[in-house]
Amino acid sequence: MSEMIQLSDVLLFGAVLFVLSLAGIFLNRKNLIIILMSIELMLLAVNTNLVAFSSFQGNMHGQVFVFFILTVAAAEAAIGLALLVLLFRNKHSINVDDLSEMKG
Amino acid sequence: MMDMMLQVLAPELLILIAAMTLLVGDTFWGHRYKALTFQLTLVSIALTALVILASFSTTSVQLFNGAFIRDGVADVLKLSMLFMTFFAFLFARDYLVQRNIERGEYYVLGLLSLLGMMVLASSYDMVTLFMGLEIMSLALYAMIAMQKDSGFAIESAMKYFVLGAMATGLLLYGMTLVYGNVGSLQLATIYQTLATTEESLVLSLGLVFILVGLAFKFGAAPFHNWVPDVYHGSPTGITLFLSSAPKIAAFALMFRLLIEGLEAALMQWQSILIILAILSLVVGNVIAIAQTNLKRMLAYSTISHMGFILLGFLTGNVGGYAAAMFYVVIYALMSLGGFAVIVALSRKGFEADNIADLAGLGKRNPVLALTMLVIVLSMAGIPPFVGFYAKLVVLTEVVEAGLTWLAVFAVVMSVIGAYYYLRVIKVMYFDQPAEENAHNADFANASLRYGLILVATLVLMLGILPDGLLTLFNDVMMY
Repeated sequence: MSEMIQLSDVLLFGAVLFVLSLAGIFLNRKNLIIILMSIELMLLAVNTNLVAFSSFQGNMHGQVFVFFILTVAAAEAAIGLALLVLLFRNKHSINVDDLSEMKG
Repeated sequence: MMDMMLQVLAPELLILIAAMTLLVGDTFWGHRYKALTFQLTLVSIALTALVILASFSTTSVQLFNGAFIRDGVADVLKLSMLFMTFFAFLFARDYLVQRNIERGEYYVLGLLSLLGMMVLASSYDMVTLFMGLEIMSLALYAMIAMQKDSGFAIESAMKYFVLGAMATGLLLYGMTLVYGNVGSLQLATIYQTLATTEESLVLSLGLVFILVGLAFKFGAAPFHNWVPDVYHGSPTGITLFLSSAPKIAAFALMFRLLIEGLEAALMQWQSILIILAILSLVVGNVIAIAQTNLKRMLAYSTISHMGFILLGFLTGNVGGYAAAMFYVVIYALMSLGGFAVIVALSRKGFEADNIADLAGLGKRNPVLALTMLVIVLSMAGIPPFVGFYAKLVVLTEVVEAGLTWLAVFAVVMSVIGAYYYLRVIKVMYFDQPAEENAHNADFANASLRYGLILVATLVLMLGILPDGLLTLFNDVMMY
């Protein structure tokens, strides 16, 4: 049964998702929407981890936690997009580099 | 059973009911009775504080299979959050009215954010911790963005949102690794399991993520970059709220997660906290010297204060945690006062957020200048004000934990920090005001005047008689 999916495989998948989302936040200097997408991806990486641990350990706590995180992620996306709309109205741009009025 | 549940949950329920009622009610009475929502908000906060005082916990009670706890620490933290929020609303009202952002939603969002903080203070499970944190943060992002026509406010809301969400992500990722290692999300179970098992790589990795997430939420260096921008860009009336009560909530988050959950891994997180504390003290105190904007200066001073709170945590004993709790409550009080002075000075179309705007305040408004003097001296840690005492108890605990070099370093950094605090006093009393500011700067209203006098009196009185409060904090830690 060596082809069966191991816990480490799923965790690796989660870690890759997580690193991708971090890269999306830090390396991206163009578009704020990509940052919002990266934040969602980050929470999905967390969910993957939780489901993996939960199913391999046989306790349900992790999967219940996932429902809470999914709900909050939706609320967070709503606030993020609302802020994005306000930002565009003010600056007519959603470029990350334009977010630097304040310095010091 | 039902009775007990109601009694334990009463503070949160009251705030939730108030927020929901005001959200609906304000749409009916908002046009006719402009101040009603504001008054009802203050009444409900005061009422909640009374309920907590009347049923102050001397033991700890757990609800929902140990997901929610009400103990002395939670009650003390909730009372201080309620106090700070009450005065933050009171001080900010005129500022918000002048800028046309005083709407019912502001108070509803504030109450919801307060609800999140209170849940955070009472959480005993990673799910409740996460929910409390998010209820608090989501409301705060929206509050900053209420000044829709200000590029600064929106920009700082966006920065706060992105970094806050990322910090939550890091924190959650760490939590999943701890969950994978222990097999439970309950802090009590995690505590017991870790006490009996040896350390593992997965746990250490999870701990690192959790600490980075916590450092972001705290605004500790090197994860501090958002703090100055957010404090500077937010409308001062909202910075006032942002810099006080949520810091107490950040303390609650760290206390529950790191102490009540992961204390057995002390050896692993202590060294990381030492690095964070040192960097925060350096960055906060040194960069603050270069600031000309008062809000940014206070933001950097926040970072250095967070360094002191971390010092209390890393001692790893109950006295140190009580000292950190004392420090965070005192810090919130001083920060409330500091930003309230800026609010008191500002007018419509004039933010008064540069240090130069304070010039000649000693003559223009002696009471306000004296209040600022007391707050600034207290922040600098000069006796007899309470800021000195807060620093003293933290440093005593650090020395007792055998980290004398760290205490000496913190003192040296405080001396460097005293420079920029004293500069504020010099500007207030010895500089000539600019032409357009040369008139008197009277208080706009009585609540700001007497509220600020109360804050300054508290800072002075607690500095002279700190024992009562400190004994209480030590006692609640013991339960």
